[in-house]
Amino acid sequence: MSTEVAEVKEVKKSEPLFSKKNRKLVSNPLDIDNPITVQVLGICSALAVTTQMKPAFTMAVSLVVVLIASSMVISALRNTIPSRIRIVVQLAVIATFVILVDQVLKAFVYDISKQLSVFVGLIITNCIVMGRLEAFSMGNKIGPSFMDALGNGLGYGIILMIVAFFRELLGSGAIFGFKVFESIGLKYPGNGLLLLPAGACIVVGIIIWVQRSLNGYREG
Amino acid sequence: MENLISIGVRSIFIDNMIFAYFLGMCSYLAVSKKVKTAFGLGVAVVFVLGFTVPINWLIQNHILNQGSLAWISPELATIDLTFLQFIVFIAVIASMVQLTEMAIEKFSPALYGSLGIFLPLIAVNCAILGGALFMIGRSYTLPEATVFGLGSGIGWLLAIVALAGIREKMKYSNVPGPLRGLGITFILVGLMSLGFLSFLGFSL
Repeated sequence: MSTEVAEVKEVKKSEPLFSKKNRKLVSNPLDIDNPITVQVLGICSALAVTTQMKPAFTMAVSLVVVLIASSMVISALRNTIPSRIRIVVQLAVIATFVILVDQVLKAFVYDISKQLSVFVGLIITNCIVMGRLEAFSMGNKIGPSFMDALGNGLGYGIILMIVAFFRELLGSGAIFGFKVFESIGLKYPGNGLLLLPAGACIVVGIIIWVQRSLNGYREG
Repeated sequence: MENLISIGVRSIFIDNMIFAYFLGMCSYLAVSKKVKTAFGLGVAVVFVLGFTVPINWLIQNHILNQGSLAWISPELATIDLTFLQFIVFIAVIASMVQLTEMAIEKFSPALYGSLGIFLPLIAVNCAILGGALFMIGRSYTLPEATVFGLGSGIGWLLAIVALAGIREKMKYSNVPGPLRGLGITFILVGLMSLGFLSFLGFSL
């Protein structure tokens, strides 16, 4: 037992949690490997919950929590999960954490929980979570899995906040419910198109366009 | 009956899974490059939604809801299992997908061959779980839930085939480099969603 502990410590010494490689795991998903705009995962909620910033923020935090928790659990169990039934095991772990998050939201921020409606439950089938578990946590130690989950969760959160920012600001002239245009004495009627599903798609399309012009990523 | 037709039309055109709720977007964007494969996936989604929504209805109303266990013994009438909803639904969906896969393989090997990898993928398509959760949220009855499941599936099929058709033509257009691929697809979906808004005033 004691030798095992010593081994683990040695491994940690040779590769600390914030080593260069691990920092890359966090920083890559924020830009060149973004889960939404590059890997095309987890789009559903990115479009549906972003009419206002408050629910978008809650959703982003919930996803980060679920992603980190399930990624660490799966990473800890990775050698004991038979590969034939791994999808079911992953779904069960994710569903457990989603239930926890859902109950917490219902208990403390009931209004937002009502606004998010089915989309908290749909974190279970959010491809980012499944995708990261399958692609990363099944083959890596807990430390790197944590960093990878954190990076991808934040990458998702950033896009969510950018989309919500433009939709709420231009759609209803507010940020986090604070009426920006009215407070500086301007009349802004609000562009209803951005509050519609169609507006969300177009905003995401333009974000992808801008991001890819900046980092030079090209498709096909 | 009129009510059922109205729910069917609503779920196909007005509350379309893709254009109104963005459910099942991941596979929608990934598999819409060719009309043929898009159609295959769409048919599989119709199958699975049509089965899982009524089955989840039965489970919700006869096992999970408070007081619904009374049919076993009156002592169990106070038990409320609704917090297990997500995990039970996802288990039902995963096993239904597996069953559908086996049934199709047995009875129609040709269809099975053309659906290939898409069948197992449906288990993590959020349109399926979303359909079940919407059905609970709107408290439908069993026939309504069945029509809603089928209607949502057909709406999804319609959406993916339409997008695949447009994307096949897009190959011949000169799209700016950074916008090529995902970017232009998003803007296309946005415009299509705008088109579907014209069904809004439509009621039966």
